[in-house]
Amino acid sequence: MELQTLTYIVVGLTFSLYIGIAIWARAGSTGEFYAAGRGIHPVANGMATAADWMSAASFISMAGLIAFLGYDASIFLMGWTGGYVLLALMLAPYLRKFGKFTVPEFIGDRFYSQTARTVAVICLIVASLTYVIGQMKGIGVAFSRFLELDYATGLFSGMAIVFFYAVLGGMKGITYTQIAQYCVLILAYTIPAIFISLQLTGLPLPQFGMFSELSGDTVPLLTKLNTILTDLGFKEYTAQKTNTLNMMLYTLSLMIGTAGLPHVIIRFFTVPKVRDARLSAGWALVFIAILYTTAPAVGSMAFYNLSNTVQTGEVGVQANNLKYDDRPQWFKNWEVTGLLTFDDKNGDGRIQYYNDKSDTFANKATANGWEVKGSELKVDRDIMVLANPEIAQLPNWVIALVAAGGLAAALSTAAGLLMAISSAVSHDIIKSMINPDISEKNELLAARISMAGAIAIAGYFGLNPPGFAAQVVALAFGLAASSIFPALMMGIFNKRMNDAGAVAGMIVGLGVTLIYIFTYKGWLFIPGTNMLPNTPDNHLFGISPEAFGAVGAMLNFLVAWLVSKVTAAPPDHIQHLVEDVRVPRGAGAATGH
Amino acid sequence: MSENSSSGLAYWKANLKLVAVLLAIWAIVPFGLGILFRPLLSGISIGGTDLGFWIAQQGSIYVFLILIFYYAWRMNKLDREFDVHED
Repeated sequence: MELQTLTYIVVGLTFSLYIGIAIWARAGSTGEFYAAGRGIHPVANGMATAADWMSAASFISMAGLIAFLGYDASIFLMGWTGGYVLLALMLAPYLRKFGKFTVPEFIGDRFYSQTARTVAVICLIVASLTYVIGQMKGIGVAFSRFLELDYATGLFSGMAIVFFYAVLGGMKGITYTQIAQYCVLILAYTIPAIFISLQLTGLPLPQFGMFSELSGDTVPLLTKLNTILTDLGFKEYTAQKTNTLNMMLYTLSLMIGTAGLPHVIIRFFTVPKVRDARLSAGWALVFIAILYTTAPAVGSMAFYNLSNTVQTGEVGVQANNLKYDDRPQWFKNWEVTGLLTFDDKNGDGRIQYYNDKSDTFANKATANGWEVKGSELKVDRDIMVLANPEIAQLPNWVIALVAAGGLAAALSTAAGLLMAISSAVSHDIIKSMINPDISEKNELLAARISMAGAIAIAGYFGLNPPGFAAQVVALAFGLAASSIFPALMMGIFNKRMNDAGAVAGMIVGLGVTLIYIFTYKGWLFIPGTNMLPNTPDNHLFGISPEAFGAVGAMLNFLVAWLVSKVTAAPPDHIQHLVEDVRVPRGAGAATGH
Repeated sequence: MSENSSSGLAYWKANLKLVAVLLAIWAIVPFGLGILFRPLLSGISIGGTDLGFWIAQQGSIYVFLILIFYYAWRMNKLDREFDVHED
């Protein structure tokens, strides 16, 4: 069957599944809309959390990032998983015991301060909204690439699907669709990876294949990759290329940011018990780890395949570069999309890919009697996942599945983010700040309208992406790390922490982090307004803006602690609240909200 | 059950101790073995590269998993020991 038809069928099937779930899992109360009635099994919630967490970027871009950065990309692997330890040990069980619906609600109640709650709402909305723009773009791109629809039509189709299950079902509908989406995305990710690992190393598990010898060779894959890269004038795949302090802070910022992202935290409000929240964080990481331990294998193997295709023999000999006319079919397919571009700079009809900035390759070429005029191949990193099934010559249904997987990853994360935004609007702003007497029925209606509004705004930004969309990761993680995580943690672990301390800490942590990001990336990301060029030698101690969230968090802790020392202790009922949050018994009683 | 009681306080202290130990491992493995002290471990080779690389791209994720499941198991036991468990 033709690929296009098959893709329509596979994507269509998954979409009908999501719609079926939406009809079955409608929400009848605010408890169901905000927290799925707190009836989700910890394993099921783990699966939903994994889909919620793994975005279009994790699915499509991460392996490519690893392919080109090698060892340095470990920051993403460790950073985006290590946060779950913080969640499980320091936040999830206690916030579940607290038994409310939103993250700002805990911050507002615990610090008996509407100011604290407002700061938290602003951070949540800014972080989630910037994040969701990327997902919307992912949906539009996936549709246009695989189904050859135009970008806007793709985006509207995605919005319509999310609208259907998120507005009808709230957290309940989102949870069950996320479970289905996890199954789709993990199959789509692992099937090609297993086949490629088998082809290259003879081992079915990519996690092992990556560290073993190539088939019919005694050289391990990674050693071979190091040799290839050095020959082409790059640094070794396994070598560290950036400074150590920055790597450590970057990793830490991603960990703290992960633990502080509201759309992840609220998933743990949906399990029945405190002990389920602990366990569920573990299951979430199991399901995430399946993809995250596969990704470095996909990255290294895809890069090996690519360089092997272009370079057919010893590096530096002209005849060993692939003739452009002999390029394989998948190469042609991806040239059409513009993700792979060839420019025959030296006019020899062959494809040369190497590091322009290093002399190694050029010298070798000169020694072999020919002249190089610059690397001729441009490779978009997303291709490492997207073209994988074609490179491995897998059947068309696998390619169709990858399309459905990419869409599942983007849709599930978008829905989780929209849930965090809409519950902050209807519960923290409308119910808590504007109309505290609102009836349950009207709050549910307000929640549905907020959800519809959030989808419309996200769609608008998806169609007209602001220039800063690419910078969102730094912003979202910076906000979560420097404001939300420290406030939550101190609220639980420091009984003496009071309103003044928490608010001062959040404002300082957030303020310093934002100023640092804007100094290098421009005020509000407006191009040209940055005060210093965004290059490592201009960074304070070499710390990049993306890595600064951890510093902001430390400042938050410090300021909060100092201010709380010189201001009045929190009232008795707040101290009792903290004591109560610290023990599991009684969590069931909180379900009846 | 409130933390003011001596048993409640002991429960919280036991929890903090457990969290401190686990977070120490959480920090040492990725930041220590995976990044900072990786050059010191470069003599130990594994599958075509060094141990530090494996820890950074695989091992630390497995360690995180073990830490969370151990914590969940141990805390459930503590909950019962101190009689603060649910139902």
